[in-house]
Amino acid sequence: MIDWPLVSVIIFLPLIGALIILFIKEDELTSINIKWATLLTTLGTFILSLILWFQFDYSNPSYQYEEKFRWFDDFNFFYHVGVDGISLFMILLSTFLTPLCILASWNNIKKRVKEYMLSFLFLETVMIGMFASIDILLFYIFFEAVLIPMYLIIGIWGGNRRIYASFKFFLYTLLGSVLMLIAIIVMYRNTSSMSIDFLQGNYFAYNTQLFLWLAFFASFAVKIPMWPFHTWLPDAHVEAPTAGSVILAGVLLKMGGYGFIRFSLGMLPEATEFFIPLIMTLSIVAIVYTSLVALAQTDIKKLIAYSSVAHMGIVTIGIFLVNQQGLEGAMMQMISHGLVSAALFLCVGVIYDRMHTREIEFYGGLVQRMPLYATVFMIFMLGSVGLPGTSGFIGEFLVIVGAFKFSSYVVIGAAFGIILSAVYMLYLYKRIIFGTITNNKLADILDINTREKIILIPLAISVILLGIFPNLFLDPMRLSLELIITNYEIANAK
Amino acid sequence: MLNNIYNIFFIPEIFLACSSFVCLLFGLFLKKNAFRQTSNLAVFVLLLTILLVYYDSESNFANYKSLFSHSSFINFFKILALFGSIASIIISKDYFLGIKLKNFEIPVLFLFSTLGMMLMIASNNLMSMYLAIELQSLSLYVAAAIKRDSISSAESGVKYFILGALSSGILLYGFSLIYGFTGSMNFDDISFYLSKYDNLNLGLIFGLVFVMVGLAFKVSAVPFHMWTPDVYEGAPNSITGFFAIVPKIAAVALIYRFCLVPFENFYLEWSQIILFLSIASMFLGAIAAIAQSNIKRLLAYSSIGHIGYILIALVAANDDGIKAASIYMFSYMIMNVAIFAILLSLKVKNEYLINISDLKGLSKSNPIVSLSISIIMLSMAGIPPFIGFFGKFYVFIAAIEQELYVLSVLGVLASVISAFYYLRIIKIMYFDESKSEGIINFQISLQSKIILSLSLFLIICFIFYPSLLINISTNLTI
Repeated sequence: MIDWPLVSVIIFLPLIGALIILFIKEDELTSINIKWATLLTTLGTFILSLILWFQFDYSNPSYQYEEKFRWFDDFNFFYHVGVDGISLFMILLSTFLTPLCILASWNNIKKRVKEYMLSFLFLETVMIGMFASIDILLFYIFFEAVLIPMYLIIGIWGGNRRIYASFKFFLYTLLGSVLMLIAIIVMYRNTSSMSIDFLQGNYFAYNTQLFLWLAFFASFAVKIPMWPFHTWLPDAHVEAPTAGSVILAGVLLKMGGYGFIRFSLGMLPEATEFFIPLIMTLSIVAIVYTSLVALAQTDIKKLIAYSSVAHMGIVTIGIFLVNQQGLEGAMMQMISHGLVSAALFLCVGVIYDRMHTREIEFYGGLVQRMPLYATVFMIFMLGSVGLPGTSGFIGEFLVIVGAFKFSSYVVIGAAFGIILSAVYMLYLYKRIIFGTITNNKLADILDINTREKIILIPLAISVILLGIFPNLFLDPMRLSLELIITNYEIANAK
Repeated sequence: MLNNIYNIFFIPEIFLACSSFVCLLFGLFLKKNAFRQTSNLAVFVLLLTILLVYYDSESNFANYKSLFSHSSFINFFKILALFGSIASIIISKDYFLGIKLKNFEIPVLFLFSTLGMMLMIASNNLMSMYLAIELQSLSLYVAAAIKRDSISSAESGVKYFILGALSSGILLYGFSLIYGFTGSMNFDDISFYLSKYDNLNLGLIFGLVFVMVGLAFKVSAVPFHMWTPDVYEGAPNSITGFFAIVPKIAAVALIYRFCLVPFENFYLEWSQIILFLSIASMFLGAIAAIAQSNIKRLLAYSSIGHIGYILIALVAANDDGIKAASIYMFSYMIMNVAIFAILLSLKVKNEYLINISDLKGLSKSNPIVSLSISIIMLSMAGIPPFIGFFGKFYVFIAAIEQELYVLSVLGVLASVISAFYYLRIIKIMYFDESKSEGIINFQISLQSKIILSLSLFLIICFIFYPSLLINISTNLTI
C-alpha cells in the first residue's frame, strides 16, 4: 500500500510546524504569518489523514500502516503506531477539528498569538499520537502530555475564573491517569509486553483484572467524564476560549471512550463483565441528572457542557453493552458528538465574539438579525437532539437497539435522557433565537461572516452526511469492533 | 615499587585531594581575580578527576581497598557528583561576583566537599564513611556561613552545623554499637558476620536505627528534614544550588550502599524504616511546598519530596531499584542544575530573585526563560515527555517488581499533590497579569548558558534517545 511512514508523518507534522513557528519572531506584522503557517500545517495534516481513510483496508480488523521501532533497550517498549477501524475516525476527528479551531481563533486571540498556535500544534501532535499508539506506554505518554497544552490554553486565554478551571482540569485528570501508570506497569510485569495488540489476546488473573480495571476506570471515567467525576468539565468548558472548548468537547472527551473500548473491553473482559452494572447505573444517573442540570443553566456554554456529560453517558452505555449495535452506536455517538458539540461551541463563540457575554438572558430574537446563523445553529441543535437525518440519531438509535438486548430498564433511562435533551436544547434555541429583539444592544448584531461560514458549513455538511450515509463510517470500523466483541465473548465463555 | 608510588596519584581521590591544596595555594598567591581564576582551576581539576574516575586505575596501597570499595555503581555516582559540582561552580561564578563575595576559598571548599562526597560514595568501612561524611559536611558548614556580614547566612551556617553535628553524633553512636556487636568496621566483614545469624540482636537493631537516623539527616528525609528549608533559605543562592545538587547524590549513594552491602540480609529490619521515611518525605515534601512563597524554600521541600521517591526504589531493593535510583538521581541533578542556572541569573530590581511572586510577567519580558522554567517544573512534577517522568517511571517499575502496590499508589498520589505547586509557578509566570513590566533582568554568562542549554537539552530530548543512560544504569552493581 503505502511504503512511507504515513502515520508518523501525520503525528509529527504539527510538531515540525511548531518548531518552524518557534523561530518566527512575533510582532504585529508577523502574527498573521504565524496564523497562516499554523493553518497550513493543520490543513496539511488533515489532507494526509484523509489518505489514511481512502487507503484503508476495510476487510482487515487489526492494525494497518504499522510502524515499529525498538525504543528502550532494557524492556519491551516500542515506538509502535498504527491505525485500525476504531482509531481511524478519532484521528480524522482531531485533524478535522484543529484547522477549524485555528480559524475560529483567527481574530479573537489577540495576545500571545505565537504561544497559542504553538500550544495548538503541540496539542494536535499528542492527540493524534495518542489515538495511533499501539504501545501502552506510548499511549500513556501522549495521554498525559495532552494536559500541558490544554492547561496553558485554558489558563492563559481563558475567562475570568480561568486559573481555578485550569488547575482543576489538570489535577483532576492527572489524578486519574497516574493510577493508570501503575496499572500499565503491573500489566508489563505480568506479561513482559506493552503492545496493545498482544495484551488484547492475553487474559490476566481475575483478581488482577479487577484492580487493573479500577485503575483504568479512574483515568477514563474522569476523562470521558462520567458522573460523579464530571465536575471539572463545566468549569473547564466555561473558562476555556472557544477553540479550547471545541477541542475539549470534540476530541479530549473521546479519549475516555476510546480508552474504555481498547483497555477495559479489550484487555480486561472478565472484570468488565463484573463491573457492567456499575457502569450502567452511573451512566443512567449521568444522563438524567446532567440533563436536568443542563435545563437549569443560565450560561450557554455551561448548558452545552452538561449536555456533553449526558451524551457521553449514552456512549458509555453503548460501549458496555458489548454487542455490535451498542459499540457501533457508541462510536457513532462519539464521532457525532465530536462534530456537533464542537459546532455548538463554535456557534456560541460567534455570538460571544460580538457581544462578549454568554448569558442566555441577554439574547433573544437573533433570527431577526442573523437568519443564516439561526439556520446553522438549528442544524447542530437538531443534531444534538438526535433528529433522524442528522448524525446524532444514528448513534442514539443504535445504542437503544443494542440496549434492548441487555435490559429494558437501561432503555427507559437512555430514552428518558434523550427526551430531556430535546427539552433543554429546544428551550435554549427558543430563548436565544426566536422571538423579537428585546435587548437594544442586539439591534446592530451582524450575521456570520465568510470566515465563520468556512468554519461552520463543513461541520453542518458532515453532520448531515453522517446522518444520511452512516455506513460510510460504520464499514471501516465494523470488523475491528467485531474482533473486540469476539475476544470478549471468548474470554467470558471460559 | 617506584612505579606503584606514582600510580597513587592517579587514584581519583588522591589526585583531587592534592589538587585541592594546589588550588588553595594558587588562590592564596594570586593578587587579583583570585576568585575567578581559582574557580576556573577548580573546574579543570574536577574535569580531570572525572577522567581519572572514568579510566579508573585500580591500585592498592596501604590497605586502601578495605577502606574504600570499587564498583560500577560507585563510579556512576562519583561521576554524577563531579558533574554536579562542576555545573554548580560554573553557574554560581557570576552570582558570587554579583554579590561581591569574592573569596577564593569558595571553590576550594567546594572541591574539599566534593572530595568528601567521593569518599562517602566509595566508603566500605564505618570509619572511613564517618570521616568522609565529616569532610564533606565541614566544608559545607563553612560554605553556608561564608557571607559573614549577613545574619541569615551566619544563622543558616550555625543551624546546619549544630544539626549536622547532632546527626553525626547519632551516627557515630550507631557505628559504635555495630562495631561492638559485630567486631568489625568493614562492610564486607560485617556482612559476613551477619550472614551467620537469622535475625539481628537488640544491640545491632539499635545500631542500625541510629545509623539510619544519621543518614536520614544527610539525605534530609522526613522527619529529619527540618534543617533543609532553613539552610536553603539562609545560605547565599549559589551555595543553596550546590546544596541542592551535589550532597544529595553522595548521601543517596551512601544510604543505598549501607543498606544493601552490610545489611543486605536484613531487608525486613531496615526496609520498614526506609518505607516510613519514603512515604513521609513524599507527602510532607508535596504538602509543605504548597504554602511557600520563597523559591528556595519551595525547592527545599521539592528536594525532600524527590528523596521520598528515591527511597521507594531503595525499599524495592532489587536490580531495578538500583537502576531506578541512578536514573532518578541523574534526572534530579540536571533538573536542579537547570533551575539554579536560571535562578542565579534572574534579577528583580537589581536584587537576585527570591520571591516566587516576582516571577509575575516573566513570560512577557522573557518568553524563553519562562518556557524553560515551565519545562523544568513539568519535568519535576513527572509529566511526560520530560526526563522527570522516566525517573519516576523506573522507580515505580522497581516498586511493582517487588509487589509494593500500596507504596506505588501512595507515590503517584503524592506526585499529583506536588504537581500543584509546580503548576503554581507556571501559573504565576503565564496566567497572572503583571502591572509592572520589565523589572526582571536575565543576565547569563556564556558558560552558564552552555550548562543551562545542555541540561535543558537532556530534559527534553531524553525521550528520543533513552538507551544511552539506560544501558549504563542497567549494568550497575552496587
